Amino acid sequence: MSGKQPLIDGRATKPDAASVIAARYDNKPDALLEILHDLQHEAGHVPEASVPVLAKALNLSRAEVHGVVSFYHEFRRKPAGRHVVKVCRAEACQSMKGNELADAAQKSLKVKFGETTSDGAITLEAVYCLGLCATSPSLLVDERPMGRMTAQKFEALVKELAS
Amino acid sequence: MIRIYVPKDSAARAVGADAVADAIVAEAAVRKIDFQLVRNGSRGLLWLEPFVEVETPKGRVAFAPVEAGDVKSLFESKFHEGGKHKLSLGVTEDLPYLKNQERLTFARCGVTDPLSVADYMSHGGFIGLKKALTMKGAEIVTEVTTSGLRGRGGAGFPTGIKWKTVHDAKADQKYVCCNADEGDSGTFADRMVMEGDPFMLIEGMTIAGIAVGATIGFIYIRSEYPDAIRAMKDAIRIATAAKWLGQNIQGSAHSFSLEVRRGAGAYICGEETAMLDSLEGKRGMVRPKPPIPALHGLFGKPTVINNVLSFAAVPYILAEGGKAYENYGMGRSRGTLPFQLAGNIKQGGLVEKAFGITLGQLINDFGGGTATGKPLRAVQVGGPLGAYLPASQLNLQMDYEAFAANGAMVGHGGVVVFDDSVDMAAQARFAMEFCAIESCGKCTPCRIGSTRGVEVIDKIVAGIARDENLMLLDDLCQTMTDGSLCAMGGLTPMPVQSAVMYFPEDFDRPAKMVVAE
Repeated sequence: MSGKQPLIDGRATKPDAASVIAARYDNKPDALLEILHDLQHEAGHVPEASVPVLAKALNLSRAEVHGVVSFYHEFRRKPAGRHVVKVCRAEACQSMKGNELADAAQKSLKVKFGETTSDGAITLEAVYCLGLCATSPSLLVDERPMGRMTAQKFEALVKELAS
Repeated sequence: MIRIYVPKDSAARAVGADAVADAIVAEAAVRKIDFQLVRNGSRGLLWLEPFVEVETPKGRVAFAPVEAGDVKSLFESKFHEGGKHKLSLGVTEDLPYLKNQERLTFARCGVTDPLSVADYMSHGGFIGLKKALTMKGAEIVTEVTTSGLRGRGGAGFPTGIKWKTVHDAKADQKYVCCNADEGDSGTFADRMVMEGDPFMLIEGMTIAGIAVGATIGFIYIRSEYPDAIRAMKDAIRIATAAKWLGQNIQGSAHSFSLEVRRGAGAYICGEETAMLDSLEGKRGMVRPKPPIPALHGLFGKPTVINNVLSFAAVPYILAEGGKAYENYGMGRSRGTLPFQLAGNIKQGGLVEKAFGITLGQLINDFGGGTATGKPLRAVQVGGPLGAYLPASQLNLQMDYEAFAANGAMVGHGGVVVFDDSVDMAAQARFAMEFCAIESCGKCTPCRIGSTRGVEVIDKIVAGIARDENLMLLDDLCQTMTDGSLCAMGGLTPMPVQSAVMYFPEDFDRPAKMVVAE
């Protein structure tokens, strides 16, 4: 990802968003994943600054919180685009030209997996199985599932998301 | 009142079910037709989604696959009164794909409104739990043991024995955890249960809680399943309000509460001990066994961990008796398994059958062969850690022991079909690549061996010291098998070595440029 891209967060949170969310879970350390999910939902990603805040609230070390944030593929440490498109790269989708769809998606958006388009519209991510294996190849747009995808349908989707 | 069913299952939504439902509502309004729209689960005939049904005096009739553009003509042919249309499939229950199944677990999925307690109960729901409320824990455990039910997550461990261990353990708190981290490619039965019949999972887990003396349960659902997460949360709220969960269930002395916890995109958290760490808010690292989770599980307490399908089988076992369930199946694989036909298959979907059906019957009789119509070349059964089998193995019976004897595994019942365009060296490489991406990193053979595996396969394909590198790959696979704590590193060699064994020609092609990623 090049540094000059204007990554739009759009949902900037107050500095204490993390502690507010943690309090919602009674500051229970076992709820860390839930807290991070909620934080990412509200802020668009897990900001670095929230790591010490959560560590303090949950009585964990910063290393422990950082360890969790960095372990799970789902948690994003940089802001994402306005939409996140997750393309399934697992076997069932591979058997239905999933790799060609993955190539077409990267080509169409001019990004690699894990990157965001220069206009900040779409972040492209790889995912390993969406449980839509009988309607392969499939992807998830934000929380909307899409199956029997083709390069053409992907183009139409990109147009829709850009508008 | 006219009732029209449009599935809300995410596989149906993925191919336009929401647009179909919207179009039906809009068209009915224009025509001033009063009707009730039910967003049911899927019947499991996924190649026919969106699969629309209408209630008629002769039973529910199906129209599929429906696109939003078909809705106007459907109304013109009075489909809402059971009228004929070019998409008519007749009475749903008479469709051979459904009629030839043995649906015990999936008896209700697609039939009922997933979030209606009344619907659930009028289709046999909560009978098992009602019985369990009158039984001693040990009696419930005995019933489950009698059924012969084995862990449906893939390992196939006898559920009754696991429950007995937790039942016999002494502790101030015990837990019931449901592993709904269905990460295997080609599997979606857990998702269909959670989206299409969530009360069944709640009922099964509650019975487990009563059986072993646990009062708190967690359902660990992967974040890739937003619809299932929503459905389970709604179902828990509704069941609690109806007193089927919470304090003093149905006025009894038993209490059981349930909470959904979201995973975060780590395949390894489908491994039970990694899932426990994740449930505790930690990195999903695999724990050594012993101690076994049944004695030292969540927060160090005795814990029942089962897959969605294991818990989902329990209400039937309690309602009909363990013996009724045990009557299905072959050998030591008792009962039914909801198989999932996926990938390059003409009629993909959910097929629940007793153990003993052959792989070929599943793929050809139910699945109708490949989607592309080209010859079948390989089948991967049991997810990304399962073996790749050639067409010559289609006579294998679906049975834990029969598969193990052939160097394969039934796993979670996922069947992924590939046609003759598949490059098996690329599939073997992907197995190693996937292991490298998803390894928790605890065991060196898994963490590093997988990356070395990708490199070695690249060399083999490029024709660099092919024979020596094939030997090296074999040696590496042996090290991973022997030196990994869990199935991630321990079974990644299965797809790799089966690909080499059955499809050697793919590893011995004229040298070409290989670009390592």
